[in-house]
Amino acid sequence: MPFDTTNPEKFRAEIRAWLAENCPAEMQDGDTTADSICWGGRNWTFQSDAQKQWLNVCAENGLTCPTWPQEYGGAGFDRDQEKVWLSELDRINARLPLQSFGIWMLGPALLHFGSHEQKLHYLPPITRGEIRWCQGYSEPGAGSDLASVQSKGEDKGDHWLVNGQKVWTSYADKADWIFALIRTDKDAPKHKGISFLLFDMQSGGVSTRPIKLISGASPFCETFFDDVKVPKDQIVGTENRGWDVAKYLLTHEREMISGGGSGRGAGRSLAKVLADAGHDLSEASLRTEAIACDIEEMSVALTIERYKDQAAGGKGVGDASAMLKYAGTELNKRKHELFMSAGGSEALQWDGATGSLPADWLRTKANSIEGGTSEVMLSIISKRVLGLPG
Amino acid sequence: MTNLTLNEDETMLVDSARGFLDEASPVEKFRELRDAGKAYNPELWKQMADLGWTGVLVPEDQGGIDMGHAAANLLAQEMGKTLVSSPFISTAVMAATALRQVADNPRAAEALAKIASGDLTYALALDEGVKHAPSKTQMQAERVGNGFSLSGEKTFVVDGGSADRLLVLARTGDADDALTLFDIPADRDGITRTAQNMIDARDSAQISFDGVEATGEDVVGTVDQAMSVLNPALRAGQAALAAEMTGLSSGAFGMTVSYLQERKQFGVLIGQFQALQHRAAHLWSDIEVTTSTIANAGRMMDEDPENAALAVSLAKARACQTAKLAVMEGVQMHGGIGMTDAFDMGFFMKRARVAQEWLGDYGYHAEQIAKIKGY
Ligand SMILES: Cc1cc2nc3c(=O)[nH]c(=O)nc-3n(C[C@H](O)[C@H](O)[C@H](O)COP(=O)(O)OP(=O)(O)OC[C@H]3O[C@@H](n4cnc5c(N)ncnc54)[C@H](O)[C@@H]3O)c2cc1C
Ligand SMILES: Cc1cc2nc3c(=O)[nH]c(=O)nc-3n(C[C@H](O)[C@H](O)[C@H](O)COP(=O)(O)OP(=O)(O)OC[C@H]3O[C@@H](n4cnc5c(N)ncnc54)[C@H](O)[C@@H]3O)c2cc1C
Repeated sequence: MPFDTTNPEKFRAEIRAWLAENCPAEMQDGDTTADSICWGGRNWTFQSDAQKQWLNVCAENGLTCPTWPQEYGGAGFDRDQEKVWLSELDRINARLPLQSFGIWMLGPALLHFGSHEQKLHYLPPITRGEIRWCQGYSEPGAGSDLASVQSKGEDKGDHWLVNGQKVWTSYADKADWIFALIRTDKDAPKHKGISFLLFDMQSGGVSTRPIKLISGASPFCETFFDDVKVPKDQIVGTENRGWDVAKYLLTHEREMISGGGSGRGAGRSLAKVLADAGHDLSEASLRTEAIACDIEEMSVALTIERYKDQAAGGKGVGDASAMLKYAGTELNKRKHELFMSAGGSEALQWDGATGSLPADWLRTKANSIEGGTSEVMLSIISKRVLGLPG
Repeated sequence: MTNLTLNEDETMLVDSARGFLDEASPVEKFRELRDAGKAYNPELWKQMADLGWTGVLVPEDQGGIDMGHAAANLLAQEMGKTLVSSPFISTAVMAATALRQVADNPRAAEALAKIASGDLTYALALDEGVKHAPSKTQMQAERVGNGFSLSGEKTFVVDGGSADRLLVLARTGDADDALTLFDIPADRDGITRTAQNMIDARDSAQISFDGVEATGEDVVGTVDQAMSVLNPALRAGQAALAAEMTGLSSGAFGMTVSYLQERKQFGVLIGQFQALQHRAAHLWSDIEVTTSTIANAGRMMDEDPENAALAVSLAKARACQTAKLAVMEGVQMHGGIGMTDAFDMGFFMKRARVAQEWLGDYGYHAEQIAKIKGY
């Protein structure tokens, strides 16, 4: 690794110099819209040479997953070093080189529950953007009550034979592999009969059907499993104890949805966003709401920072992720209501494209549903954090 | 920037503060003071001095422990939890912050030493109307010979009835910010103090100045430039008060969650009702978010004081909203009991209301934030 991690000041200077040399100018445009994200995967088409170059040079240096251990494709940064890295990215308005469910969700779960061989096998392709993952949790009958999943895996000696249906599977049609909750013991109590399985979306018997969202685009699917053979070594953790892995993964997912996944952008001013869009905020209610949102935004960002500071580098924040998700997503919805009212009729024009104001506004409504609803977050806090009776 | 968690020294400070205050100043002690018509307990103040707290922002040269603003905020937060009433914020936070900027002046150095030893208390006589607005100061300090003559009215001077000395803000020129800060004894000729009974039963006074003489020696810093010493002091006070309010919110919340776990209605603990669970969870989240802004304010004041104004206003703005929610939910979730004077929740509600106003309420600080951010 080209950085001296022993001396904080030198470290920052080296990161800065490295970025100056390696981050393509096109990737320093501050674009955080959905369309600018590099997701990677077997079928990924890079939007530009710069995007490809940026991913590769970061991956070579462990910087797509800076807090993961070097042997698994990360840079081995601790929390302070991660903060330096992110703040230097922010300073030059750089895009993140890669984002994915592998980075946010599966990676942390594998680091915690996976065997050394599994980590060596699955993690480096995630850091290089070679394999894109999707999440097979929800089913038609198992949403908030996730442990009621019915998709089942029959023990066939060297493999499980998987049958069933998932729903709301984001990017299932684009992903290469899936991590899925599969019932492997139908007689056990519902939390005790689930296994956490990994399999290739190109396996025989896997099919997907996209579902269109109110926000226009179609990033999620119904996913069907029809006699899918899953080799026995493609399980994370112990057979029938997949719920532990599932819950742990959810805490990372929630941290990410709260806005803490990348930990960036806290310095951006709502006033500036609105002013850039041509709003003078002279109307009393608009100005009042903009200030209130700004106060919330700064405060929630600080809370994410504080909780991540509390967790050792790269570790999750545990049950408090429910609070971060609740606060972060409710704020995001509120902010987009503000953007819409500031935008007036202009904001109502619709071409169905992602990244437009109305599409973003509609998409934020899912923030307080996906990864567990706000109501479920409040229930988790009241039971697990406050210890209120069931 | 350091991170937002407590370091080892701070953790020790919090633990020892909590241990001490639970013993020496639980909420019952506040009730005793209130019932006796007293604003604070001078013996407790002495003990706080012995622990080094009154010197938390006093340089070591003057006998302080000089632990910085983050530490001062933590102390205020612990005091807030059990409604400890004392001149801590006026004296140990604001006056100390103002005076240490001019500590090369022997008089200021001596005052700082006495603050640290617990032998001197201060009040800041700033506001003249019902809202915090130092820039609207009308009180005149007319030049007379080599000195000044102060005439005018200050109102809602927190700790003003009991303080030994006053830091008085007065106008010395026509320009908006031509203000001067004077450090004078509270019993100087021409000063009349009238107690104002406040809902939180703490010390507040109306103070009139009738041709009060002040010398050049009494000026803190430079004539016409009060704000350069006063602004850091105000910020320190606002952050500490926000911290106190966050402690107060946690205190009220703790009582409420306990009540949800003991009160039964409909044959079950009321904490089993999701309508209450979700509100309690929301309140907890709100307190956590505000706690982060307090940590940030302390960090900014200690590490980048020139740029701390935004962080401080953020902390005070949010603490006002959180404290309001915490005490409203506190009373509501206690039902009828919450409305009684015999129960402590009302004390939290009243203190929260006063603390919201003091040194600028939500609206004041939201406006500061708007100005800084260019709305
Ligand atoms: C855009 C989007 C992307 C998604 N991506 C994925 C994905 O990639 N993979 C995946 O597996 N899933 C995904 N999901 C599914 C998501 O996790 C579920 O929608 C969510 O968990 C809620 O489940 P549900 O839709 O069945 O709603 P339900 O559970 O039926 O909830 C309906 C309503 O009832 C409330 N409710 C339910 N239980 C309680 C309770 N105990 N107390 C109080 N209120 C309650 C809920 O809060 C909600 O308001 C996605 C969802 C969306 C919207
Ligand atoms: C100023 C005042 C005057 C009054 N005057 C009279 C009077 O003249 N005559 C008289 O008979 N009474 C009077 N009352 C009593 C009043 O009617 C009760 O205080 C009220 O019904 C609440 O009962 P409680 O105090 O026992 O609270 P609790 O019932 O113990 O409630 C505590 C909390 O739990 C909540 N809670 C309780 N059950 C549920 C549930 N199932 N789901 C969700 N939340 C729940 C409540 O909303 C409350 O927030 C008076 C009360 C006050 C404050």
